[in-house]
Amino acid sequence: MGNRTIVPFGPQHPVLPEPIHLDLVLEDETVVEAIPRIGYVHRGLEKLVEKRDFQQYTFVAERICGICSFMHGMGYCMSVESIMGAEIPERAKFLRTIWAEFSRLHSHLMWLGLLADAFGFESLFMQSWKLREQVLDVFEETTGGRVIFSVCDIGGVRKDINKETLHKILEVLDRMEKELKEIAAVFINDSTVKLRTRGVGKLSKQAAFDLGALGPMARASGIEMDMRTQGYAAYGKLDFKPIIDEEGDCYARTRVRIGEMFQAMDLIRQCIRLMPEGDIKVKVTGSPKGEYFTRLEQPRGEVLYYVKANGTKFLDRVRVRTPTFANVPALLETLKNCSLADVPILILTIDPCISCTER
Amino acid sequence: MAGETLKEISASDLLTETLKLKNEGYRLVAISSTYKEEMELTYSFDLNYELVNLRLHIDTEAELDSISIIYPYSFLYENEIKELFGIKINGITPDYNNSLYKIPVKAPFGVQE
Repeated sequence: MGNRTIVPFGPQHPVLPEPIHLDLVLEDETVVEAIPRIGYVHRGLEKLVEKRDFQQYTFVAERICGICSFMHGMGYCMSVESIMGAEIPERAKFLRTIWAEFSRLHSHLMWLGLLADAFGFESLFMQSWKLREQVLDVFEETTGGRVIFSVCDIGGVRKDINKETLHKILEVLDRMEKELKEIAAVFINDSTVKLRTRGVGKLSKQAAFDLGALGPMARASGIEMDMRTQGYAAYGKLDFKPIIDEEGDCYARTRVRIGEMFQAMDLIRQCIRLMPEGDIKVKVTGSPKGEYFTRLEQPRGEVLYYVKANGTKFLDRVRVRTPTFANVPALLETLKNCSLADVPILILTIDPCISCTER
Repeated sequence: MAGETLKEISASDLLTETLKLKNEGYRLVAISSTYKEEMELTYSFDLNYELVNLRLHIDTEAELDSISIIYPYSFLYENEIKELFGIKINGITPDYNNSLYKIPVKAPFGVQE
């Protein structure tokens, strides 16, 4: 046994966009154990449900995270709508799906940039984030916001997208697809990228299942699990299959996320083609009573929303189990026996969202 | 969407019921707790998108066995619940002893007024 040293990693670190602390127990340069400490961005947002009524809480839910903010609002609204028996208009379902898939695109592009930055490929980082700007421009044009949109509401959505804008979105997608192909080719084929990601943080299919891994982390290990296949929002009317890989390493997780970006573009195009005319919101009256568990597929994997309502305008409980929280055990396992130099890549490989995790 | 079921159980049946689900191939989705005079705990499991929830009510002072012996990755949920709600859970592996969250409030801070 070599010398044991504890190296504190984070909460501030160049590869971490958000704060998380890990105590890395090292034997020479090999990690033997990682002990997490979180809470640096804990805001008590679940507790806030006692002070904000169920309508106002939609805005709180959106603020759980700045990357999948729309999906948090959507998950919360879907839970309350299920309790209240509200069936939202078809057009609202398609609009929600468009914004959700743009959120996936935006999240994965951000992750690609951070990964490139982690292994020192700065031009690739800039190209990825340059492309991401186009998604933020679409958000701004369709919702008015670039980070928090406030378009999801109980009973539907607050804003519609007109025909001209939808046509413009198709043009943006064509342009983005061309640029993404160029960036994707570097991530897939470049030898330096392969050197830093291939065979690193390998997780077998069985290990991924046994550790409760979700989203791209599980799909890159061959687990075909994607809540979108259950047909919530407009997904039931769209043609798609989960993107799967078998290798279970960082390289496979990169390939899965790249595949999901092209898939997101395809899903948005399908939505625009199939979107019906009509209302975007139904009026929902009264206060919810009952409880419901909603699950949907965020960019990082399955998120669970649990809402318990007592018939008043204040809810008893809102519980959010985010995908990053569920992927932490898998992260801690992949860190075991890795080299200290690979720790930043491995932390990024789960695409950690700490604001989501801590709420 | 696939369905979801809720089954009320007693605290003493938790390990038996959890083991049954594990043997049937379920994965643990989440452990949720609600504090309203007494503690309400919900263990959610999934198999082929079917959600099964085990619900139990316990006294705030009661002690509960950890399911980390059956689902090793439950340790994070259990550490969080212990720290936020003060539920005494025995045998969590690993047990972070109220140091998972770095917050300048003494644990359990979720139930403090």
